[in-house]
Amino acid sequence: MNAIPQFAVDRDVCSTADRLCKHCGAPFRGETEFCCHGCAGAYELVQSLGLSRYYAQRVADPSQPPTRPDEILTEIDLSAWSRDAAPGEKEIALMVEGLQCGACVWLIEQTLLQQPGVTSARVAMSTRRLTFRWKDAETDPEKLVQLVTRLGYKLVPCDPERLASEADAESKSLLTAMAVAGFAAGNIMLMSVSVWSGADPFTRDLLHWISALIAIPAIAYAGRPFFRSALTALKARRTNMDVPISLAIILAPSISLFETFRSGEHAYFDSAVTLLFFLLIGRYLDRRARGRAHATAARLLALNAVAATVVEPDGRQHSLLPSQLRPGMTVLIAPGSRAPADGTIKTGSSDLDLSAISGESAPQRCNPGDRLFAGTLNLTGPLTMLVNAVGDSTLLADMVRLMEAAESRKGRFTRIADRVARRYAPVVHVVALTTFLGWWLFSGLAWSEALMIAVAVLIITCPCALALAVPVVQVVASQRLMRSGILLKSADALERLTDVDTVVFDKTGTLTLGRLELQAGADPSLLKIAAGIAANSRHPLARALSRAAPDATVLTDVAEHPGAGLAWQGWKLGSCAFTGQAEDAATDQVLWLVGPNGEKQRFQFSDRLRPDAEAVIARLKTLGLRLEILSGDRAAPVSDLARQLEIDTFAARLSPIDKAARLEALAKAGHKVLMIGDGINDAAALAGAHVSMAPASGTEITQSAADIVFQGDKLEAIPLTLELAKRTDRLVRQNLGIALLYNLAAVPLAILGFVTPLIAAIAMSSSSIIVILNALRLGKARLP
Amino acid sequence: MTVLLFLIPIALLMGGLGLTAFLWALKSGQYDDMDGAAQRILFDDPADKI
Repeated sequence: MNAIPQFAVDRDVCSTADRLCKHCGAPFRGETEFCCHGCAGAYELVQSLGLSRYYAQRVADPSQPPTRPDEILTEIDLSAWSRDAAPGEKEIALMVEGLQCGACVWLIEQTLLQQPGVTSARVAMSTRRLTFRWKDAETDPEKLVQLVTRLGYKLVPCDPERLASEADAESKSLLTAMAVAGFAAGNIMLMSVSVWSGADPFTRDLLHWISALIAIPAIAYAGRPFFRSALTALKARRTNMDVPISLAIILAPSISLFETFRSGEHAYFDSAVTLLFFLLIGRYLDRRARGRAHATAARLLALNAVAATVVEPDGRQHSLLPSQLRPGMTVLIAPGSRAPADGTIKTGSSDLDLSAISGESAPQRCNPGDRLFAGTLNLTGPLTMLVNAVGDSTLLADMVRLMEAAESRKGRFTRIADRVARRYAPVVHVVALTTFLGWWLFSGLAWSEALMIAVAVLIITCPCALALAVPVVQVVASQRLMRSGILLKSADALERLTDVDTVVFDKTGTLTLGRLELQAGADPSLLKIAAGIAANSRHPLARALSRAAPDATVLTDVAEHPGAGLAWQGWKLGSCAFTGQAEDAATDQVLWLVGPNGEKQRFQFSDRLRPDAEAVIARLKTLGLRLEILSGDRAAPVSDLARQLEIDTFAARLSPIDKAARLEALAKAGHKVLMIGDGINDAAALAGAHVSMAPASGTEITQSAADIVFQGDKLEAIPLTLELAKRTDRLVRQNLGIALLYNLAAVPLAILGFVTPLIAAIAMSSSSIIVILNALRLGKARLP
Repeated sequence: MTVLLFLIPIALLMGGLGLTAFLWALKSGQYDDMDGAAQRILFDDPADKI
């Protein structure tokens, strides 16, 4: 007969949080020093490696979820992802989840470097990528990865070539061009100053020649981004702002070279190069702000990055990349790993986490014959699956396509700067041409002098102020948001926010925190037994249970009945059916514990609302916005929540496709929608919305699909961003106004031929400086 | 004004050196991980014991 194990009864196991975990720093309830066994293990590992300085030096970001080591490790087969780097050495690249500060980088690198056989290990913090090399004969990469996983970082193998984005390369080449233009501009300006201050004709000619020698190669090299864009536009029989820019920076040095031959008084080398330099600054800032928005689809596909284990008909097992799978193969899916392709279950039963596909928070049981989709997480029992769709034909790939389609629809939005430029460019051409013809035909000036005046018009009308007006405001705005923990990912998101009239929320993880928590009221001694049993499972309810009683002893010899529950020495923990209890309404969020001597305990779990959700919703309503909830969850919890928040429009049980369709319908009806969501099932809807936001606690994929990512448990980021967007818009319009005003004043002078290179240089720099100073005001703005 | 004949090449040479150094740094990946580089300096290599 089994006696109830004697545990110290803790009276207030479910009271307030009173301790900080020694490893992850998260507050928790209990009597030990650690919030969970994973943390205890990680702490011990760090100590045994002699790296305890990590704890003294880390600066954990309180708004980010702490890195909590997984207690149950999953085997990842890495052989498919490693490459030969040097004779006898292999290299692998992995994405790291859970990096918080420099100390994490140090800890991971030092841990790996201490292992025998590891020759190099480096973590790039901005790309969150770990690359390490090892001697193939001496060590096993799986062991190394497990070691880092035990510290609390999640590692996913990645293909570095696929993730190296084009945007990166482009911003690098812009930076190079900017350096060259800056070098040339500085040196030429130095010589121009001596020309302006009255050099004698011989010296002037010498300085002009040297300027030409620097300017022409520099423009030929650094002007390429503009030439390329202008050529593309001309080929399509269109014109854009890059056409007059290219004309100006080609014509100005050519005509100046001609003047230099004739030992003329004026040369525009300095203006041309400085113009190019300023324009490149604007272009670079713009590019950098847009840069990160494009790796979305690649990230989503990286979900099935983990190699698949194929079972041959004769029972042999070997691993393949998901891209090498073919329909008809049999694949083994261990608990804790994701399905690599779509298929049907052959043997085994288990619980599945479908949140990637449907957004449903409660896990679903599955049995032989059920359909399984790529990206689904297997929670409890091993399964074998017959593959029937791979790669491009899987549901996951469908979602990527859905997202890409939605994104391309959004691409039709034209930014205010582009709209201005589109109307402005033809005017510039006409004015410059008229000036040239006017002077040449009607005033009897030599063609070269008339051309010189026309070039001055082109230089004056290609205002760097116009090129800088928008990017500078955007850089200042995104820095301002960054200080409030809001990351602006696409450059024009703020601009699009200004005309939003509808806000659509996802439920789980967006309005709520998305973490199941045990409701108070359970018997403490029974809770400890239940938590001890639950520590053996990765089912979300079991995990929530073991979180609620972190100091419970982990019980061994627990048998897991996939899709049902856990059993240990006559105790049973699991669903109503498994424990023989009557079903009730909230059956998905309830666990029962029954003991051999008639002990019985019901554990009810629930998800909590974000702390300031009600206040934020009320505030959004006063702004006159329509609010709506779209959820993949069941109808009852959705309508309860909608009633609590007084939101009238809501829909439940939506698939990702339904959500995207609803957003499309809203857009067709003329609404500009701000979508806020956190799950992978929201990714397509986020991409399809006019603007989108995601909490940093959401999945990586949602974060890359969203325009704006906000940190922390609070929703106040939403009204704050809306307010800043309004101010940004005001500043952008002011800046464009300043730039155009400057043109109105300067162009007549240029047309009349009064503009010398000196005046051009002064006008250009002063208008740029005014625009930049105006933008900086935003950084000081006080937000509600 | 003959001094210009020396000074201008010297100025250009020095500017050019700076430019080359920057381009080299950019090419050798020193700008790839700006956040990491800023933090890395705070941590000693355990192998370097004074």
